[in-house]
Amino acid sequence: MSAALDTLARDIARQRRRRSARRLRLGLLMGALLLGTVALTLSVGHTITPPGQVLRALAGDDLPGVSFAVRELRLPRAVLSILAGLSFGLGGVAFQIMLRNPLASPDIIGISIGSSAAAVLAITAFGLTGMAVSLLAVLSGLGVAAAIYLLSFRNGVAGARLILVGIAIAAMLQSVIAYALARAPSWTLQDALRWLTGSVNGATLPQALPLLVSLTVFGALLLACRRDLEAMRLGDDTAAALGVSLTRARATIMLGAVGMIAVATAVTGPIAFTAFLSGPIAMRLAGPGRSPVLMAGLVGAALVLIGDFIGQQMLPARYPVGIVTGALGAPFLVYLIVRANRTGAF
Amino acid sequence: MPMQPLTVETLSAGYGQAAILRGLNLTVPTGRITAIVGANACGKSTLLRCMSRLLKPEQGQVLLDGRAIHRTPPRELARRLGLLPQTPLAPGGITVADLVSHGRHPHKGLLARWSAEDDRAVARALTATRTDTLADRDLDALSGGQRQRVWIAMALAQETDVLLLDEPTTYLDINHQIEVLDLLVDLNRDRQTTIVMVLHDLNLAARYADTLVAMKNGAIHAAGPPQEVLTEATVEQAFGLPCRIIPDPTSGKPMVLPLGRHNTTESSAA
Ligand SMILES: Nc1ncnc2c1ncn2[C@@H]1O[C@H](COP(=O)(O)OP(=O)(O)O)[C@@H](O)[C@H]1O
Ligand SMILES: [Mg+2]
Repeated sequence: MSAALDTLARDIARQRRRRSARRLRLGLLMGALLLGTVALTLSVGHTITPPGQVLRALAGDDLPGVSFAVRELRLPRAVLSILAGLSFGLGGVAFQIMLRNPLASPDIIGISIGSSAAAVLAITAFGLTGMAVSLLAVLSGLGVAAAIYLLSFRNGVAGARLILVGIAIAAMLQSVIAYALARAPSWTLQDALRWLTGSVNGATLPQALPLLVSLTVFGALLLACRRDLEAMRLGDDTAAALGVSLTRARATIMLGAVGMIAVATAVTGPIAFTAFLSGPIAMRLAGPGRSPVLMAGLVGAALVLIGDFIGQQMLPARYPVGIVTGALGAPFLVYLIVRANRTGAF
Repeated sequence: MPMQPLTVETLSAGYGQAAILRGLNLTVPTGRITAIVGANACGKSTLLRCMSRLLKPEQGQVLLDGRAIHRTPPRELARRLGLLPQTPLAPGGITVADLVSHGRHPHKGLLARWSAEDDRAVARALTATRTDTLADRDLDALSGGQRQRVWIAMALAQETDVLLLDEPTTYLDINHQIEVLDLLVDLNRDRQTTIVMVLHDLNLAARYADTLVAMKNGAIHAAGPPQEVLTEATVEQAFGLPCRIIPDPTSGKPMVLPLGRHNTTESSAA
């Protein structure tokens, strides 16, 4: 009896280890893909730089015409793409898992657009610039999240109501943006447009700092709730019965996810659908088992990095990355809405 | 093993304005099986939700081992008392072993790693529910009866002294209902787990429970041994259903024969 039990326990353990090994391999593969893409984006620009020169430029050598392009243009672009993509991917998947619905991504339910609307309004109506705009964008992302939370949780139940409330708020904020742009003085438009389509144009290395800090701080919050998030996949009642303190877990996860996304939005603008796409793609790649949170972050990074490369190098004109990811995400959104009556796919 | 029974004291609870439970008192005998019966919407699920800390009472309290559960930290309570909700949700593409592993959640701290003891607890739960051969199967690919056994296995992996189950046999055909109830009796005998379950079938409730609790309109209508609770008067009052009670020839417990308006030689309507 006890021998049979031990055998079963060992089988379960073996199965689990086999799966974590698979996950690890997949993660390494994804890391290699990212590294390869970074190498590509560092060599390809207006001109093609051979890898040897790229390495020498990175090491600090002064190569005329090369060092500037690699160190000041291409490297910051790649670093920012990865950090922003990580933030969008992690923040998005946390929401999707917590609410058990891929549509519950912050870029669908009006949280990212909350940041954009505040920034556009600040620039066009109040003539603010720089840091003040970014700060306002982060705060209003958090504010919109809080509003959606308060409007949609009753007796601790959210579900579809949160998504509907979020989509309504997104539509409302969209019209705020349209109104602000229609009345905007023309000299503010250039600055305001940056907040409508995400891009890593004009990236500089110092911009990476706020992203690193936010990934560390808000990432720690998500990490602390990792197990709770996993239990919440079974529904709020079962999670609570398993000892999850729902109110606290929800608040922590929302703060972590929204914080990450709002800061990334403040740096790059809302890179369309990255938060929304990363989770489902990661789930598809990772297969059954624990929810692939980290994998979603890596997928987000790859989406932004590759999307930016496509937008810059592979299309007839140069497009910001948000246009490319937007073109990828829109059909997927339609697909999800068409089969939306079957929620709980997470 | 709790020293004092699970007790519900003058409990009032509801959702917003509507009061569902009104001043309800109940003592759940330790180490026994209690079945709760009552008409739809009389508040059975609401009671279980209060007893497991999912719903905060407006008045009164629920005591486990003399301590109010709403003042017990959730994780600590979840190591003592488990609940299987009426309609639990499973994420798509989850395997049986994965689902059952969730039962270990309250035993894992922030930094604790998955241990060999966790694997053994999962193995014990699978074995006890005879789902061990299904461990690697996809939950979606199982029959209703198998799936319900897996959910019970998840609650077992939690290794609690008290287990609350909300309609564990609903939607199952008769042989799977019996299978689940037999399993719960095994559990009660082997581990002395205190079991509280909501059942719809009065005859099965009478046969399997040591204590029968009949609810009506958010209050306890009658509670005690099935022989005392399951009377023609109680069934008539709690369910609005005229019936005859005869002894169950296989168990000696009371058995309900409902009297409808048709198909009986004695007509209740006349
Ligand atoms: N989440 C909820 N919000 C509002 N009312 C609810 C909720 N859950 C249950 N109710 C109401 O509470 C009453 C009792 O429900 P419940 O306890 O589920 O009954 P039972 O389990 O006995 O069928 C019903 O009238 C039901 O409509
Ligand atoms: Mg119920």
